[in-house]
Amino acid sequence: MIVAVASGKGGTGKTTVSVNMARSLGSKVRLLDCDVEEPNAHLFLRTDQHEQQEVPIRVPQVDESRCDGCGECGRFCAYHAIVSFGTKPLVFAEMCHGCGGCAKVCPKGAIGETDRRIGVIETSRSENITLIQGRLDVGVAMAPPLIRAVKARLPGAGHAILDAPPGTSCPVIATLRDADYVVLVTEPTPFGLHDLKLAVDMVRELDLPFGVVVNRYGVGDDRVHVFCREQNIPLLLEIPDDRRIAEAYSRGELMVEALPEYRSLFQSLIAKTMLLETEVQESHNQAG
Amino acid sequence: MKIAFSTPGSKLDAPLDTRFGRAAKFIIYDLDSETFEVMDNRQNLNAAQGAGIQSAETVARSGAKALVSGHCGPKAFRVLQAAGIQIFYSEGPTVAAALEAYRQGSLTEAAGADVEGHWA
Repeated sequence: MIVAVASGKGGTGKTTVSVNMARSLGSKVRLLDCDVEEPNAHLFLRTDQHEQQEVPIRVPQVDESRCDGCGECGRFCAYHAIVSFGTKPLVFAEMCHGCGGCAKVCPKGAIGETDRRIGVIETSRSENITLIQGRLDVGVAMAPPLIRAVKARLPGAGHAILDAPPGTSCPVIATLRDADYVVLVTEPTPFGLHDLKLAVDMVRELDLPFGVVVNRYGVGDDRVHVFCREQNIPLLLEIPDDRRIAEAYSRGELMVEALPEYRSLFQSLIAKTMLLETEVQESHNQAG
Repeated sequence: MKIAFSTPGSKLDAPLDTRFGRAAKFIIYDLDSETFEVMDNRQNLNAAQGAGIQSAETVARSGAKALVSGHCGPKAFRVLQAAGIQIFYSEGPTVAAALEAYRQGSLTEAAGADVEGHWA
Protein backbone atom coordinates (compact mmCIF):
# COMPACT_ATOMS: atom_id res chain seq x y z
CA MET A 1 0.00 0.00 0.00
CA ILE A 2 1.45 3.35 -1.06
CA VAL A 3 -0.05 6.39 0.67
CA ALA A 4 0.94 9.86 -0.52
CA VAL A 5 0.53 12.84 1.80
CA ALA A 6 -0.11 16.04 -0.14
CA SER A 7 -1.70 19.46 0.24
CA GLY A 8 -2.44 22.50 -1.80
CA LYS A 9 -1.20 25.03 0.69
CA GLY A 10 2.30 24.73 2.09
CA GLY A 11 2.89 24.43 5.81
CA THR A 12 -0.32 22.59 6.62
CA GLY A 13 1.39 19.58 8.18
CA LYS A 14 2.24 17.06 5.44
CA THR A 15 5.51 16.11 7.07
CA THR A 16 3.94 16.01 10.53
CA VAL A 17 1.30 13.58 9.27
CA SER A 18 3.84 11.54 7.27
CA VAL A 19 6.39 10.98 10.03
CA ASN A 20 3.81 10.34 12.73
CA MET A 21 1.94 7.89 10.51
CA ALA A 22 5.19 6.12 9.69
CA ARG A 23 6.19 5.73 13.35
CA SER A 24 2.69 4.74 14.45
CA LEU A 25 2.50 1.96 11.87
CA GLY A 26 4.92 -0.02 14.02
CA SER A 27 5.83 -2.50 11.31
CA LYS A 28 8.46 -1.81 8.70
CA VAL A 29 7.65 1.07 6.42
CA ARG A 30 9.46 3.11 3.82
CA LEU A 31 9.08 6.86 4.14
CA LEU A 32 9.92 8.70 0.93
CA ASP A 33 10.55 12.43 1.29
CA CYS A 34 9.63 13.60 -2.20
CA ASP A 35 9.83 17.29 -1.30
CA VAL A 36 13.29 17.27 -2.84
CA GLU A 37 13.63 21.06 -2.86
CA GLU A 38 13.49 21.14 0.91
CA PRO A 39 13.37 17.65 2.43
CA ASN A 40 12.62 17.89 6.15
CA ALA A 41 11.28 14.53 7.35
CA HIS A 42 14.78 13.70 8.66
CA LEU A 43 14.49 16.52 11.21
CA PHE A 44 11.97 14.46 13.17
CA LEU A 45 13.75 11.11 13.04
CA ARG A 46 16.97 10.05 14.72
CA THR A 47 18.53 8.09 11.89
CA ASP A 48 21.56 5.90 11.34
CA GLN A 49 23.03 3.70 8.57
CA HIS A 50 23.28 6.66 6.24
CA GLU A 51 23.91 6.05 2.55
CA GLN A 52 24.04 8.49 -0.31
CA GLN A 53 23.73 8.04 -4.08
CA GLU A 54 24.20 10.69 -6.73
CA VAL A 55 21.37 11.15 -9.24
CA PRO A 56 22.15 12.42 -12.73
CA ILE A 57 19.96 13.13 -15.70
CA ARG A 58 21.14 12.47 -19.25
CA VAL A 59 21.75 15.70 -21.17
CA PRO A 60 22.79 16.05 -24.82
CA GLN A 61 26.38 16.20 -25.97
CA VAL A 62 26.86 17.22 -29.61
CA ASP A 63 29.52 15.78 -31.89
CA GLU A 64 29.92 18.89 -34.06
CA SER A 65 31.87 17.03 -36.73
CA ARG A 66 28.74 15.00 -37.56
CA CYS A 67 26.22 17.88 -37.25
CA ASP A 68 25.03 19.53 -40.45
CA GLY A 69 22.97 22.18 -38.65
CA CYS A 70 19.57 20.86 -39.77
CA GLY A 71 17.93 22.10 -36.57
CA GLU A 72 15.72 19.04 -35.89
CA CYS A 73 16.99 18.85 -32.30
CA GLY A 74 16.01 22.44 -31.53
CA ARG A 75 12.59 22.06 -33.12
CA PHE A 76 11.93 18.98 -31.01
CA CYS A 77 12.93 20.40 -27.62
CA ALA A 78 9.99 21.93 -25.75
CA TYR A 79 12.29 23.53 -23.19
CA HIS A 80 14.79 25.29 -25.48
CA ALA A 81 17.56 23.29 -23.90
CA ILE A 82 19.10 22.74 -27.32
CA VAL A 83 19.02 25.50 -29.92
CA SER A 84 20.01 25.46 -33.58
CA PHE A 85 19.16 27.66 -36.55
CA GLY A 86 21.42 26.44 -39.31
CA THR A 87 24.27 26.50 -36.84
CA LYS A 88 25.91 23.92 -34.61
CA PRO A 89 23.49 23.42 -31.70
CA LEU A 90 23.93 25.27 -28.43
CA VAL A 91 23.13 23.18 -25.36
CA PHE A 92 21.68 24.71 -22.19
CA ALA A 93 22.09 21.74 -19.89
CA GLU A 94 20.36 23.49 -16.98
CA MET A 95 17.13 23.68 -19.03
CA CYS A 96 17.22 20.00 -20.08
CA HIS A 97 14.62 17.61 -18.64
CA GLY A 98 16.60 14.60 -19.81
CA CYS A 99 14.00 13.12 -22.16
CA GLY A 100 16.58 12.10 -24.78
CA GLY A 101 14.36 13.23 -27.66
CA CYS A 102 17.00 15.39 -29.39
CA ALA A 103 19.33 12.42 -29.71
CA LYS A 104 16.52 10.30 -31.18
CA VAL A 105 15.42 12.84 -33.81
CA CYS A 106 18.95 13.74 -34.97
CA PRO A 107 19.25 12.27 -38.50
CA LYS A 108 23.05 12.33 -38.35
CA GLY A 109 23.44 10.56 -35.03
CA ALA A 110 25.46 13.56 -33.88
CA ILE A 111 23.91 13.77 -30.41
CA GLY A 112 25.04 11.56 -27.59
CA GLU A 113 24.26 11.94 -23.93
CA THR A 114 26.27 12.71 -20.86
CA ASP A 115 25.42 12.72 -17.15
CA ARG A 116 24.56 15.92 -15.34
CA ARG A 117 24.19 15.59 -11.59
CA ILE A 118 20.96 17.10 -10.23
CA GLY A 119 20.97 15.86 -6.64
CA VAL A 120 21.31 12.91 -4.32
CA ILE A 121 19.17 10.21 -2.74
CA GLU A 122 19.93 9.74 0.94
CA THR A 123 18.74 6.64 2.73
CA SER A 124 18.84 6.05 6.46
CA ARG A 125 17.06 4.08 9.13
CA SER A 126 15.12 5.04 12.21
CA GLU A 127 13.61 2.09 14.11
CA ASN A 128 10.78 0.75 11.91
CA ILE A 129 11.28 3.45 9.26
CA THR A 130 13.54 3.38 6.22
CA LEU A 131 13.82 7.02 5.19
CA ILE A 132 14.54 7.63 1.51
CA GLN A 133 14.87 11.28 0.67
CA GLY A 134 15.77 13.20 -2.45
CA ARG A 135 17.87 16.31 -2.09
CA LEU A 136 18.05 18.53 -5.15
CA ASP A 137 21.35 20.37 -5.65
CA VAL A 138 21.27 24.11 -4.99
CA GLY A 139 20.61 26.00 -8.24
CA VAL A 140 18.99 23.04 -9.98
CA ALA A 141 15.35 23.59 -10.98
CA MET A 142 14.45 20.08 -12.10
CA ALA A 143 12.62 18.29 -9.30
CA PRO A 144 10.54 15.64 -11.17
CA PRO A 145 13.47 13.52 -12.44
CA LEU A 146 14.88 13.34 -8.90
CA ILE A 147 11.45 12.50 -7.48
CA ARG A 148 11.14 9.68 -10.03
CA ALA A 149 14.56 8.42 -8.96
CA VAL A 150 13.43 8.41 -5.31
CA LYS A 151 10.26 6.54 -6.29
CA ALA A 152 12.29 4.00 -8.25
CA ARG A 153 13.13 2.66 -4.76
CA LEU A 154 9.48 1.78 -4.22
CA PRO A 155 9.13 -1.65 -5.76
CA GLY A 156 9.15 -4.33 -3.13
CA ALA A 157 6.94 -5.58 -0.40
CA GLY A 158 5.39 -3.56 2.36
CA HIS A 159 3.88 -0.20 3.00
CA ALA A 160 5.27 3.12 1.86
CA ILE A 161 4.41 6.71 2.78
CA LEU A 162 5.24 9.49 0.33
CA ASP A 163 5.70 12.99 1.73
CA ALA A 164 4.83 15.21 -1.26
CA PRO A 165 5.87 18.78 -1.99
CA PRO A 166 3.15 21.44 -1.57
CA GLY A 167 1.10 22.81 -4.44
CA THR A 168 -0.37 21.14 -7.50
CA SER A 169 2.46 21.43 -10.03
CA CYS A 170 4.76 18.92 -11.77
CA PRO A 171 6.74 17.80 -8.68
CA VAL A 172 3.46 16.95 -6.90
CA ILE A 173 2.10 15.05 -9.90
CA ALA A 174 5.39 13.14 -10.14
CA THR A 175 4.97 12.18 -6.47
CA LEU A 176 1.29 11.19 -6.58
CA ARG A 177 1.38 9.01 -9.69
CA ASP A 178 1.03 5.33 -8.78
CA ALA A 179 -0.04 6.08 -5.21
CA ASP A 180 -2.85 3.85 -3.88
CA TYR A 181 -4.32 6.57 -1.70
CA VAL A 182 -3.78 10.31 -1.18
CA VAL A 183 -4.12 12.07 2.16
CA LEU A 184 -4.73 15.79 1.67
CA VAL A 185 -3.68 17.84 4.68
CA THR A 186 -5.27 21.24 5.14
CA GLU A 187 -5.97 23.83 7.80
CA PRO A 188 -9.49 25.15 8.47
CA THR A 189 -8.84 28.65 7.10
CA PRO A 190 -9.98 30.41 3.91
CA PHE A 191 -6.46 30.03 2.47
CA GLY A 192 -6.40 26.36 3.43
CA LEU A 193 -9.80 25.77 1.81
CA HIS A 194 -8.84 27.62 -1.37
CA ASP A 195 -5.78 25.47 -1.94
CA LEU A 196 -7.56 22.31 -0.77
CA LYS A 197 -10.02 22.79 -3.63
CA LEU A 198 -7.12 22.97 -6.09
CA ALA A 199 -5.64 19.82 -4.59
CA VAL A 200 -9.01 18.01 -4.75
CA ASP A 201 -9.33 18.92 -8.45
CA MET A 202 -5.83 17.53 -8.97
CA VAL A 203 -6.39 14.15 -7.31
CA ARG A 204 -9.74 13.76 -9.07
CA GLU A 205 -8.00 14.44 -12.39
CA LEU A 206 -5.46 11.75 -11.45
CA ASP A 207 -8.38 9.49 -10.46
CA LEU A 208 -6.86 8.61 -7.09
CA PRO A 209 -8.84 7.78 -3.95
CA PHE A 210 -8.34 10.42 -1.28
CA GLY A 211 -9.44 11.85 2.02
CA VAL A 212 -8.77 14.97 4.08
CA VAL A 213 -6.89 15.60 7.32
CA VAL A 214 -7.67 18.90 9.04
CA ASN A 215 -4.69 20.16 11.03
CA ARG A 216 -4.87 22.87 13.68
CA TYR A 217 -8.54 22.09 14.16
CA GLY A 218 -10.04 24.92 16.22
CA VAL A 219 -8.60 27.87 14.34
CA GLY A 220 -10.35 29.52 11.40
CA ASP A 221 -13.88 28.49 10.52
CA ASP A 222 -15.98 25.48 9.48
CA ARG A 223 -15.88 25.98 5.71
CA VAL A 224 -13.41 23.14 5.10
CA HIS A 225 -15.77 20.79 6.93
CA VAL A 226 -18.76 22.07 4.96
CA PHE A 227 -16.86 21.64 1.70
CA CYS A 228 -15.87 18.05 2.53
CA ARG A 229 -19.42 17.20 3.54
CA GLU A 230 -20.91 18.68 0.36
CA GLN A 231 -18.35 16.92 -1.82
CA ASN A 232 -18.64 13.59 0.04
CA ILE A 233 -14.94 13.68 0.81
CA PRO A 234 -14.00 11.49 3.77
CA LEU A 235 -12.72 13.54 6.72
CA LEU A 236 -10.01 11.19 7.98
CA LEU A 237 -8.66 13.03 10.99
CA GLU A 238 -8.72 16.27 12.93
CA ILE A 239 -5.50 17.29 14.67
CA PRO A 240 -6.33 19.85 17.37
CA ASP A 241 -4.73 23.28 17.49
CA ASP A 242 -2.67 22.40 20.56
CA ARG A 243 0.32 24.56 21.49
CA ARG A 244 2.13 21.51 22.85
CA ILE A 245 2.12 19.98 19.37
CA ALA A 246 3.86 23.08 18.02
CA GLU A 247 6.36 22.99 20.87
CA ALA A 248 7.21 19.33 20.20
CA TYR A 249 7.52 20.12 16.49
CA SER A 250 9.89 22.99 17.21
CA ARG A 251 12.13 20.57 19.12
CA GLY A 252 12.08 18.10 16.24
CA GLU A 253 10.08 15.56 18.23
CA LEU A 254 7.41 13.23 16.91
CA MET A 255 3.95 14.09 18.16
CA VAL A 256 3.16 10.45 18.89
CA GLU A 257 6.25 10.20 21.12
CA ALA A 258 6.09 13.58 22.87
CA LEU A 259 2.30 13.46 23.36
CA PRO A 260 1.21 9.82 23.62
CA GLU A 261 -2.45 10.82 23.88
CA TYR A 262 -2.38 11.56 20.14
CA ARG A 263 -1.23 8.07 19.16
CA SER A 264 -4.77 6.89 18.69
CA LEU A 265 -5.39 9.63 16.13
CA PHE A 266 -2.66 8.33 13.87
CA GLN A 267 -3.62 4.71 14.47
CA SER A 268 -7.09 5.57 13.28
CA LEU A 269 -5.65 7.39 10.24
CA ILE A 270 -3.57 4.31 9.41
CA ALA A 271 -6.62 2.10 9.76
CA LYS A 272 -8.55 4.31 7.36
CA THR A 273 -5.82 4.66 4.75
CA MET A 274 -3.28 1.85 4.88
CA LEU A 275 -4.63 -1.27 6.48
CA LEU A 276 -8.22 -1.65 5.39
CA GLU A 277 -7.85 -1.31 1.66
CA THR A 278 -11.36 -2.50 0.94
CA GLU A 279 -12.89 0.03 3.31
CA VAL A 280 -10.80 2.78 1.70
CA GLN A 281 -11.96 1.70 -1.69
CA GLU A 282 -15.56 1.83 -0.55
CA SER A 283 -15.25 5.35 0.80
CA HIS A 284 -13.65 6.38 -2.48
CA ASN A 285 -16.54 4.94 -4.40
CA GLN A 286 -18.96 6.86 -2.24
CA ALA A 287 -16.97 10.04 -2.77
CA GLY A 288 -16.84 9.52 -6.50
CA MET B 1 21.05 45.13 -42.98
CA LYS B 2 18.22 44.48 -40.52
CA ILE B 3 18.09 45.55 -36.87
CA ALA B 4 15.71 44.16 -34.22
CA PHE B 5 14.19 46.34 -31.50
CA SER B 6 12.25 45.03 -28.50
CA THR B 7 8.95 46.87 -28.06
CA PRO B 8 5.38 46.55 -26.80
CA GLY B 9 4.12 48.45 -29.87
CA SER B 10 3.94 48.17 -33.64
CA LYS B 11 5.23 51.56 -34.78
CA LEU B 12 8.54 53.37 -34.64
CA ASP B 13 7.24 55.86 -32.09
CA ALA B 14 6.41 53.01 -29.70
CA PRO B 15 8.54 52.66 -26.56
CA LEU B 16 11.68 50.55 -26.65
CA ASP B 17 10.99 47.63 -24.26
CA THR B 18 13.93 47.42 -21.87
CA ARG B 19 13.25 43.70 -21.43
CA PHE B 20 14.43 41.45 -24.21
CA GLY B 21 13.15 37.93 -23.53
CA ARG B 22 9.68 38.97 -22.47
CA ALA B 23 9.12 41.83 -24.89
CA ALA B 24 5.72 41.53 -26.57
CA LYS B 25 7.06 42.24 -30.06
CA PHE B 26 10.13 42.89 -32.13
CA ILE B 27 10.31 45.56 -34.79
CA ILE B 28 12.70 44.36 -37.50
CA TYR B 29 13.92 47.47 -39.27
CA ASP B 30 15.62 47.20 -42.68
CA LEU B 31 18.23 49.95 -43.00
CA ASP B 32 18.49 49.50 -46.79
CA SER B 33 14.81 49.80 -47.69
CA GLU B 34 13.92 51.94 -44.61
CA THR B 35 10.91 49.69 -43.95
CA PHE B 36 10.09 47.46 -41.02
CA GLU B 37 8.07 44.45 -40.07
CA VAL B 38 6.64 43.48 -36.66
CA MET B 39 7.23 40.05 -35.16
CA ASP B 40 4.98 38.81 -32.39
CA ASN B 41 6.77 37.50 -29.28
CA ARG B 42 3.78 37.15 -26.96
CA GLN B 43 4.27 33.41 -26.64
CA ASN B 44 7.16 34.22 -24.32
CA LEU B 45 5.35 36.61 -22.02
CA ASN B 46 4.15 33.81 -19.79
CA ALA B 47 6.83 31.22 -20.48
CA ALA B 48 8.02 29.67 -17.23
CA GLN B 49 11.52 29.53 -18.55
CA GLY B 50 13.50 29.76 -21.77
CA ALA B 51 11.96 33.10 -22.83
CA GLY B 52 15.33 34.66 -23.58
CA ILE B 53 16.49 31.67 -25.61
CA GLN B 54 13.32 31.54 -27.67
CA SER B 55 13.29 35.31 -28.22
CA ALA B 56 16.88 35.11 -29.43
CA GLU B 57 15.87 32.34 -31.84
CA THR B 58 13.04 34.53 -33.14
CA VAL B 59 15.41 37.43 -33.74
CA ALA B 60 17.93 35.12 -35.41
CA ARG B 61 15.27 33.74 -37.77
CA SER B 62 14.16 37.27 -38.71
CA GLY B 63 17.48 37.77 -40.44
CA ALA B 64 18.46 40.67 -38.17
CA LYS B 65 22.18 41.16 -37.69
CA ALA B 66 21.85 43.53 -34.75
CA LEU B 67 19.58 43.83 -31.72
CA VAL B 68 18.81 46.94 -29.70
CA SER B 69 17.17 46.32 -26.31
CA GLY B 70 17.42 47.49 -22.73
CA HIS B 71 19.00 44.42 -21.21
CA CYS B 72 19.99 40.90 -22.13
CA GLY B 73 20.50 37.82 -19.96
CA PRO B 74 23.23 35.22 -20.24
CA LYS B 75 21.37 32.52 -22.20
CA ALA B 76 19.92 34.93 -24.75
CA PHE B 77 23.34 36.51 -25.12
CA ARG B 78 24.89 33.13 -25.92
CA VAL B 79 22.27 32.36 -28.59
CA LEU B 80 22.51 35.82 -30.18
CA GLN B 81 26.30 35.61 -30.21
CA ALA B 82 26.19 32.16 -31.84
CA ALA B 83 23.86 33.57 -34.48
CA GLY B 84 26.32 36.39 -35.20
CA ILE B 85 23.97 39.12 -33.98
CA GLN B 86 25.48 42.28 -32.50
CA ILE B 87 23.82 43.42 -29.27
CA PHE B 88 23.40 47.06 -28.29
CA TYR B 89 21.88 48.37 -25.05
CA SER B 90 19.78 51.52 -25.23
CA GLU B 91 17.39 53.31 -22.90
CA GLY B 92 15.23 54.43 -25.82
CA PRO B 93 12.91 55.92 -24.94
CA THR B 94 11.33 55.01 -28.29
CA VAL B 95 12.26 52.64 -31.07
CA ALA B 96 12.80 55.67 -33.33
CA ALA B 97 15.16 57.30 -30.82
CA ALA B 98 17.12 54.07 -30.44
CA LEU B 99 17.29 53.69 -34.20
CA GLU B 100 18.60 57.25 -34.53
CA ALA B 101 21.21 56.58 -31.83
CA TYR B 102 22.26 53.44 -33.71
CA ARG B 103 22.59 55.37 -36.98
CA GLN B 104 24.73 58.03 -35.32
CA GLY B 105 26.97 55.32 -33.91
CA SER B 106 26.37 56.43 -30.32
CA LEU B 107 25.43 52.94 -29.09
CA THR B 108 28.33 50.73 -28.04
CA GLU B 109 28.24 47.03 -28.68
CA ALA B 110 27.59 44.92 -25.58
CA ALA B 111 30.48 42.73 -24.47
CA GLY B 112 28.29 40.45 -22.38
CA ALA B 113 24.99 39.90 -20.62
CA ASP B 114 24.17 42.78 -18.29
CA VAL B 115 21.58 41.05 -16.12
CA GLU B 116 21.42 37.71 -14.33
CA GLY B 117 19.35 34.85 -15.64
CA HIS B 118 16.08 34.23 -13.88
CA TRP B 119 16.77 30.54 -13.65
CA ALA B 120 19.75 28.64 -12.30
